[in-house]
Amino acid sequence: MTEILLEMRNITKVYPNGVVANRDVNFALAEGEIHAVAGENGAGKSTLMKILFGMEEPGTGEIYLRGSKVRFGSPQDAIGAGIGMVHQHFMLVPSFTVAENMILGMEPRKGVAVDYAEAARITREYAEKYNLHVDPLQKVENLTVGMKQKVEILKALVRGAKILILDEPTAVLTPQETAELFEELKLLKQDGHTIVFISHKLKEVKAICDRITIMRAGRTEGVFPIGEVSEQDITRLMVGRDVVLKYEKDPGPFGKPVLRVRDLSLAGPQSKLLLHGIQLSVREGEILGVAGVEGNGQSQLVEAVMGRFPEAAGAIEIDGADISGLDIESIRGRGVAYIPEDRMRQGSAGEASILDNVISTRYKRKEWNAGPLLNRKKMWKLTESMIEAFKVKTSGPAQQIGMLSGGNMQKVVVARESFSEPRLLISEQPTRGVDVGAAQLIHRKLLELRKEGCAILLVSADLNEILELSDSLVVMYEGEIVAYFDKPSELSEQELGLYMLGMKRQDAEQIGRANHV
Amino acid sequence: MDKFFEIIFTTDFAFSIFRVTTPILFAALGALISNRAGIVNIGLEGIMLTSALTGVLISAYTGSALAGLLGAMLGGMLISAILALFTLELKTDIILGGIAINAFASGGTVFLLYVLTGEKGTSSTLASKMLPDLHIPLIERVPYLGPIVSGQHVLTYLSILAALGVYFLLNRTPLGLRIRAVGENPKAAQSVGIRVKQIQYIALVLSGLFASLGGAFMSMGYLSLFTRDMTAGRGWIALAAESMGRGTAVGTTLTSFLFGFAQALANALQLLKIPSELISTVPYITTVLGLVIYSYRQARKLRKGR
Amino acid sequence: MFKLKYFELIRTLAVIFIAMLLSMLCITLISKQPMETMRVFLLEPFSSMSHFGNVIEVAIPLMFTGISVSLLFKMKMFNLGAEGIFFFSGLVAAAVGIQNGLNAFVHPLAAIAAGGVVGAVISVIPGVLKAKWNANELVTSLMFNSILLGVGLYILNYFLRDASAYTTSSYKIQQTAVLARIIPGTRVHIGLIVVLVFIALAHVFLYKTRWGYELRMTGANREFAEYSGIKTGRVIVYVHLLAGFVAGVGGSVEVLGMHPRFDWVALPGYGFDGALVAMLAKNNPAAVVGSAFFLSYIRIGAEMMSRYSDVPAEMIAVIQSVILLLVSADQFLKFWKNRMLLKEAQKNG
Repeated sequence: MTEILLEMRNITKVYPNGVVANRDVNFALAEGEIHAVAGENGAGKSTLMKILFGMEEPGTGEIYLRGSKVRFGSPQDAIGAGIGMVHQHFMLVPSFTVAENMILGMEPRKGVAVDYAEAARITREYAEKYNLHVDPLQKVENLTVGMKQKVEILKALVRGAKILILDEPTAVLTPQETAELFEELKLLKQDGHTIVFISHKLKEVKAICDRITIMRAGRTEGVFPIGEVSEQDITRLMVGRDVVLKYEKDPGPFGKPVLRVRDLSLAGPQSKLLLHGIQLSVREGEILGVAGVEGNGQSQLVEAVMGRFPEAAGAIEIDGADISGLDIESIRGRGVAYIPEDRMRQGSAGEASILDNVISTRYKRKEWNAGPLLNRKKMWKLTESMIEAFKVKTSGPAQQIGMLSGGNMQKVVVARESFSEPRLLISEQPTRGVDVGAAQLIHRKLLELRKEGCAILLVSADLNEILELSDSLVVMYEGEIVAYFDKPSELSEQELGLYMLGMKRQDAEQIGRANHV
Repeated sequence: MDKFFEIIFTTDFAFSIFRVTTPILFAALGALISNRAGIVNIGLEGIMLTSALTGVLISAYTGSALAGLLGAMLGGMLISAILALFTLELKTDIILGGIAINAFASGGTVFLLYVLTGEKGTSSTLASKMLPDLHIPLIERVPYLGPIVSGQHVLTYLSILAALGVYFLLNRTPLGLRIRAVGENPKAAQSVGIRVKQIQYIALVLSGLFASLGGAFMSMGYLSLFTRDMTAGRGWIALAAESMGRGTAVGTTLTSFLFGFAQALANALQLLKIPSELISTVPYITTVLGLVIYSYRQARKLRKGR
Repeated sequence: MFKLKYFELIRTLAVIFIAMLLSMLCITLISKQPMETMRVFLLEPFSSMSHFGNVIEVAIPLMFTGISVSLLFKMKMFNLGAEGIFFFSGLVAAAVGIQNGLNAFVHPLAAIAAGGVVGAVISVIPGVLKAKWNANELVTSLMFNSILLGVGLYILNYFLRDASAYTTSSYKIQQTAVLARIIPGTRVHIGLIVVLVFIALAHVFLYKTRWGYELRMTGANREFAEYSGIKTGRVIVYVHLLAGFVAGVGGSVEVLGMHPRFDWVALPGYGFDGALVAMLAKNNPAAVVGSAFFLSYIRIGAEMMSRYSDVPAEMIAVIQSVILLLVSADQFLKFWKNRMLLKEAQKNG
């Protein structure tokens, strides 16, 4: 192996909200290699790279460049040290031309004005040199995603980057564009550049990288030369269990279907299909899990059921009645409860009290009003009983919900949604970012609801959770259901991982079993 | 009705459009610069008012109109720097901060005037200077064109130059490029090492500079003295002009002239037998209508985009 | 816990303290007899029944506009339309007030109701424009203020003006319509009771009814409100209606209570006052009482000061702006709050 170019030692990063993103992470980059960093969402890859690029300060730990210690307080420092980053969400100004984006912050001048001719010349020069063909005079907003990415790479190169960090560069590319990108990366490597390639697409990692660092739950799981690990090994290391949760639950029988989704499709911008022919049903007393790497259509599926996409094609039925065209209020009126993915944005109003937060879905109903007034006394009692049932750590119903810890806040959200004896509960990442105690409590509550006959649609990126709780399971990949399992607890995580990463898919008949007919 | 057209189709009327557009255009250019950096400068009205007073005071005490103009410019930049300090450092809500700056200017100018001169509400006892009108040789004698274009106030010419200058600044200079980048995608700007806050400071102070020229025009050109609240909502009209002008220098200039036209019309119609109280509302009604049409089209575009 | 709960209150008090300090500084710099001027500024409002009566009289419209603006600010709607509505509704009330032939019970009621309804109708226009097309409510409401002034002056000059009066003003308001005085030796009128009732109602509305609940949730987190099933566009419209009604009643009460004739020839400035009262009260109706009285107190103090000393009353405008700037400054004293939060987190483990 060649010389170590850059090293990050014992990096620990704790965010102000208490989430530990990196725990004692070590990362070393050899000169001239393409180095993959693989791991699930939330494994800490992005945080590690943000620290390397000076966008986040590490809590503890050091960075060494060619053996000497460096400190990156801002992206400017990292750029100065020859590090460039291509972000997953492009850092481009849409209304600017390619050339303008290229030279932003380091503008060539002619007198007091920007020398646009020179800017275009620089752009062409670099485009030529690195074989990344872009038109300097095109506006960025009119470019394809693949083109935008080329501009981003060129932007880093023109600023003198010798180390290039690419954050999930292929997530947004077509296979053809990906192939093209790989050719370009190989050229860069030949030219002496060192590349960090963040991805969870194992085929790609195998195809182009020299070494791989695998991360899980904020830690490094291992560093390997790419030839010495199989895809199965990588999958196992990426998705392995952390804390093993086990629950007792009696199997079925399930009642009649509560939610039925028929042939649901949804077109996104640039007419890419976000959902494609989704067919499934959830029966009384059943938890249907939806697994998949994030961004494969799960949240669109949920939002469609909640009436946010009136333009979607296909049909969604609750207890046999079509709900397309209904607004959220009417959908909730049919006994649908919803635990949204983001408890801060959709799940709660931080500056309001716990009481105000738990009545948001029921304040209109007669039993909570006394004439023109809200029945505050009754609401207070309700809130108290929720606090008790969910063991929420708080000074009382009047406390601001924003003052609670993440776990306690989530308990309040789950309490609100589950106390109304729903017919159908849509539960999206119900235990994300909460402590183990809160997670177990929330899981037990979901199982209680199931026992009472509630149908539950569980979307989760936490494989342990989804395998343990679900009675049946669908896997989504690129907007489609690619697999259905009726005994998830017998499924291995490795097997599931292959479906989630798009390396396997079942035939139409097997997938069709998600209809439960 | 004939009388109406008689008034409209005169060189005097055309002349007056340029004159009444001047303060609106200056303020709108100020709104444009700060908006492009991502900050809505609600304080324009107060900045103009402050500058109108400082211009009068300094010209009276120094006996120099030019010193007065410089004083007005400094006053405007100082006020907008205070607004920038509060919004960028102390995170005062930009809208409330702007409202406070306006109130500060509205009462503070009267207060300062009283403390310095013992007069309330107007500076009539001060021998303040006016900035001159300019007569352009040759063009002056061209029929029709001469009486319109020549003999305008020096700041009126400057306002046209300022519009060109802002166009150049935003579209041709490195600073303009950075201002636009910060306003459109601050993260992108930051990722290439641009200091976002610093750019926003510069944009707000520049915004104050342009608004201050509008203020100086009010008290050293449009009138020859300071009176309380003499800007009469021009800062707000300027904000509307900027948003209707779609955030471009050309569009902002054109809509400023549209609102200037409405104002000139209001002034001219006072010669007719239409009640002046109603006529005074014409610029504001035009502004609301303009804003509504603009918002309606924006909303439709947004709905289509989804 | 205890300390954190009172953080906002302490912060507000700190702002007031700084403002008073600034006033003292201003006085020291300007006045030839600073001690005497300070005494006048601080104590004169309490020196006699009539002076204290002045404080109450001025507080009444401040409370009205404070409630009106609080309702809007609570929704994060920056609308300063109270300015024009106060003026125009006052004019409408005066127009009803100068008519003959109603008894002393119905007459003021009719005048105030007319003013309130007109206020609501005017206010709802920027509300609908905002809810439907997202037109900036601050700019539209400010333009409306100027339009209302023009139209109002036209009505005053062409229909209501009493040519025999020395100043530009309307005919005299009939005795039957004038609001009754309730504290002897002052001009404090029954409007005080009306506004206190309004404050109680606003409190009940905001915290005890489902419509107030919808308002608060829409303001706190519009996305959350939408996901809970609240139709936020509708909420925006009815809050504008209510806020306009309150401002309209406020303008009517002020004219009928304090003005023998309608004599406003410029906007009376209650829009900005409302923003100030609301921000000091943290948009809480009950606290509006305190913040309106505080503002009224320093205003009367300033007026006394300009009457009995050499410092002009306009000083107060400067002080008020500083209060608004600091009260709305998020980061002001934030470091202190963060430290308390940290301590609490450590305590709770």
